[in-house]
Amino acid sequence: MSEAQMKVSDEIAISIENMNKWYGTFHVLRDINLDVQRGERIVICGPSGSGKSTLIRCINALEEHQKGSITVDGTLLSSDVKNIDKVRSEVGMCFQHFNLFPHLTILENCTLAPIWVRKTPKKEAEETAMHFLEKVKIPEQADKYPGQLSGGQQQRVAIARSLCMKPRIMLFDEPTSALDPEMIKEVLDTMIELAEDGMTMLCVTHEMGFARQVANRVIFMDAGQIVEQNEPEEFFNNPQSDRTKLFLSQILGH
Amino acid sequence: MSDTPNLGFVRHEPIPPSPPPVQQAGAVKWVRENLFSNWINSILTILSIYFVAKIILASTPWMWNGVWTTSSLRECREVLQGTSGACWSVLTERWNQMLFGFQYPVEAYWRPTLAFVLLLVCIAPVLFQKLPRKMLIFSAIYPFLAFWLIWGGTLLTPVIVGLSLIAGYMAFVKTERLIGFATGLLSGVVAVALVLYLGSFVTAALSGFIALEPVASRDMGGFMLNLILGTVCVSLSIPLGIVLALGRQSNMPIIKGICVVFIEFIRGVPLITLLFVANVVLSYFFPPGTNLDLILRVIIMITLFSAAYIAEVIRGGLAALPRGQYEAADSLGLDYPQAMRLIILPQALKISIPGIVNVAVGLFKDTTLVSVISMFDLVGMIRGPISSSTAWTGIYWELYLFAILLFFVVCYGISQYSQWLERQLRTDHH
Amino acid sequence: MSSTTHTEASKFSLSMLINDTRYRSTTFQVIALIGLIFAMGYLVSNLLSNLADAGLNISWRFFGETAGYDINQMPIEYNNQMSHGRASMVGAVNTLIVAFLACVSATVLGVIAGVLRLSNNWVVSKLMAIYVEAFRNVPVLIWILIIFLVMSNVLPQPREFRGDAAASAMWFDMIAFTNRGVYVPRMIMGDLSWLVVATFVLSIAGVFAFRRYARNLLFNTGRLIPTLLPSIGIFIIPTVLVYFILGSPIGLESPELKGFNFKGGLHLRLSLIALWFALAIYTGAFIAENVRAGIQAISHGQTEAAAALGMRPGRIMSLIILPQALRVIVPPLISQYLNITKNSSLAIAVGYMDITGTLGGITLNQTGRAIECILVLMLFYLVISLSISAIMNVYNNAMKLKER
Repeated sequence: MSEAQMKVSDEIAISIENMNKWYGTFHVLRDINLDVQRGERIVICGPSGSGKSTLIRCINALEEHQKGSITVDGTLLSSDVKNIDKVRSEVGMCFQHFNLFPHLTILENCTLAPIWVRKTPKKEAEETAMHFLEKVKIPEQADKYPGQLSGGQQQRVAIARSLCMKPRIMLFDEPTSALDPEMIKEVLDTMIELAEDGMTMLCVTHEMGFARQVANRVIFMDAGQIVEQNEPEEFFNNPQSDRTKLFLSQILGH
Repeated sequence: MSDTPNLGFVRHEPIPPSPPPVQQAGAVKWVRENLFSNWINSILTILSIYFVAKIILASTPWMWNGVWTTSSLRECREVLQGTSGACWSVLTERWNQMLFGFQYPVEAYWRPTLAFVLLLVCIAPVLFQKLPRKMLIFSAIYPFLAFWLIWGGTLLTPVIVGLSLIAGYMAFVKTERLIGFATGLLSGVVAVALVLYLGSFVTAALSGFIALEPVASRDMGGFMLNLILGTVCVSLSIPLGIVLALGRQSNMPIIKGICVVFIEFIRGVPLITLLFVANVVLSYFFPPGTNLDLILRVIIMITLFSAAYIAEVIRGGLAALPRGQYEAADSLGLDYPQAMRLIILPQALKISIPGIVNVAVGLFKDTTLVSVISMFDLVGMIRGPISSSTAWTGIYWELYLFAILLFFVVCYGISQYSQWLERQLRTDHH
Repeated sequence: MSSTTHTEASKFSLSMLINDTRYRSTTFQVIALIGLIFAMGYLVSNLLSNLADAGLNISWRFFGETAGYDINQMPIEYNNQMSHGRASMVGAVNTLIVAFLACVSATVLGVIAGVLRLSNNWVVSKLMAIYVEAFRNVPVLIWILIIFLVMSNVLPQPREFRGDAAASAMWFDMIAFTNRGVYVPRMIMGDLSWLVVATFVLSIAGVFAFRRYARNLLFNTGRLIPTLLPSIGIFIIPTVLVYFILGSPIGLESPELKGFNFKGGLHLRLSLIALWFALAIYTGAFIAENVRAGIQAISHGQTEAAAALGMRPGRIMSLIILPQALRVIVPPLISQYLNITKNSSLAIAVGYMDITGTLGGITLNQTGRAIECILVLMLFYLVISLSISAIMNVYNNAMKLKER
């Protein structure tokens, strides 16, 4: 286990109990029970259509769940808008297609939410933004537009943008799937650094090397359910369920 | 073991670029390939050239032989003595009526002309992103300046209206930061109303202060009327169109229903029926005793008409935006008005500009329909006062050619801009 | 595993109306609805008091009253003793006639112009570009007025067709183009003429059946038989045969010059012709652009793939490009048809008695019932527009590319 995998506290950051979600009549998430401790790094993997993206989207209320409960940092995700806003300001999210705002500069992308949601004064927001842009190692791009950056740089800006809201939990939805192979490493390195700083992370990804290096837990989902979860070494070397074995053989084979 | 050829190869010196071989034949080859490549093409080419030649041969001598200085059609014919020639004198004599209408005071012509020139200056920074952004300040001032130039009256009226809008905006911004969007909107509206109310006393008292001779709306006409209707109605309909588009796209069935009914109703009826409404029916819906000018009623109906079409264009722009933008805005914690104002609308409007420009061109052409309800725009002037004047009855080609020229220049210019803009937008998104 | 104590069913409080996502949208909608009702109420109350002041009311009885005016172009029976309702119906039929004629001719013109615009022939393509740009950038009202004026000034008067040394002659002794309109022969349906018509309809079906047979033959046996000439044969020969066998049951009543005017035959007034031509040429320009955009929208990769498979340009166009292009072309084409129908209301500018001219014009002026007339007028156009839109939706859904 690496040094990053050591720092896990006892406090529960996210608590999901008996969560179920339907799209119409399609039962997309079935009886999800998950507790995430503060500082824990979880990698969620599984075949496409297994509901893994939907799961993490439920955590910051981008999707609604119909049954069960999700509690984030002590706040219950209910239909109260105030609760949803509170959760969203504590949880940061990175998307597969970056979703940077193309009409704003990099700096403006990062300062937008702090100014308008946390009502931070502009100067302070810009300082924070530059601090995080330095952290992701692209401070010199601050005045450029997203269209002028490479994919890897854009994803790193997206990470910095979420960090500017000083979240306590970070969600990653396949952050490297849309990148050219030579740019995957720079984004993974950023995420590893984030993990080493003690951030609680839930990551949907196919990058098993990253999972081995950083994750405390690997969760395998299929058909909307959690099929198996374990520490990385045990998970990769000793998969228990047949479905897990099939999946691992498909992605680790080549 | 066997004689396998050496497969390895390394190039040490790069090959420099060299010019291509000289083409064999020039123009002749091009003609043969493009115009006469097979028998169908040959026939088409010959027919087209014949057709074009016939038109040119018929019209050029007529235009060239034109008479410019007589004062009636009869005199033209006398001068021409049976040869065919255009009677351009109708234009030299009546060009000002065709441009400004027949009741606009002649000594005031400089005012709308200046307003038109300033319009081009004002609209330039909106249409061309490369121009300095400071010019937008002038664009914001322009509507008030143009109103004062064209309608006259004291300068204080547009100034007070402008001040009220500034007051409203500042009230909105301050309250929104502190409390929220809805309260901000309310305080903005209250501020505008307050300043307008107080200001009305000032303008009543000082009605001569830096005043231009007021010109009544019913005295406006000619091509100027088409331009005024076009610009005013399109500008006013854009905010309304945005609201309708957002409403049509929303999840709330009642709001969506209201917007859909409005948009489909307006798009299903011809503009002329709406102009009939403006002419005879609209005044019934205002409080008894109010007497709105015809031009104002027409502006209201044309604005509603244009808003429905622009709403559809903006709806297309909103749909073209990737869902990820909405999700990113949500995940950062922005609420609906913030997300719309800062993220969604700026991008959607930029995508919609070519469509909006198309609607604007269509609307500008449709302003000629006011001639059917007896307003004297350019077409109304041609069919009305000019054709029925004793000096010029029976003349039509020269007048309509002039009208065609005016409309073509404006519409073609605008549509060329729109195509240029579309090319720009396409290269922007890489 | 700690669990936070949360109260699922918390007490209902007023602020939940705005903050709770379950009630929020309902709250906004109720506010919007109340606002709308107030606004409508205000407008209606103004309307009623204004009407009362003017001594008017809303009544529909005038539709049954005598119209008292003539309509020049009468496709159905009408005289000035009939009711306003009847006059409006005549107008409605006139609208539909000119709209249909214009739609068909605009489509033909537009498709030809659009395809020619893409041709390699520089002269032809530039000429089409000039046509499209010239007509699209000038208001349709101006085109209608110009074509009407040109026709009324250039075409000969009826009496110039008189005599042996006539200045103008009729086409095939049957069709006369004058400045009062076009006179064409009228078909007189004799006995058994319906058999000829039925044969004609059947022969159209026969052409389709034959082509399907030819295609099945190709798929099953690999034999390619010629289809063009046989199709033309099937289209023409049976109808002509039946016509002559039955002893020419369909007669033609040709227009004849009697006195100062033509009598007999069908009189298509100049206003109808001018409106038809103007709408067709104007809208044809827009349709040409739609066709061009549709064909160009098909990615070049499609043509390349088809060519790599060995297909020739003609087959590529008919089997690969056109079916895909139609998907892109048909929706804007249908909105152009909508535009033609709405633009036909400009008939009032040249004196063609369409529904805007009868119901929205003379009837409105004579009875003074502005609100009722304009309402019914709008309803008419609205029904047509919504029907055409519904057809378009049906087409779109049928043609949607199946995606995962």
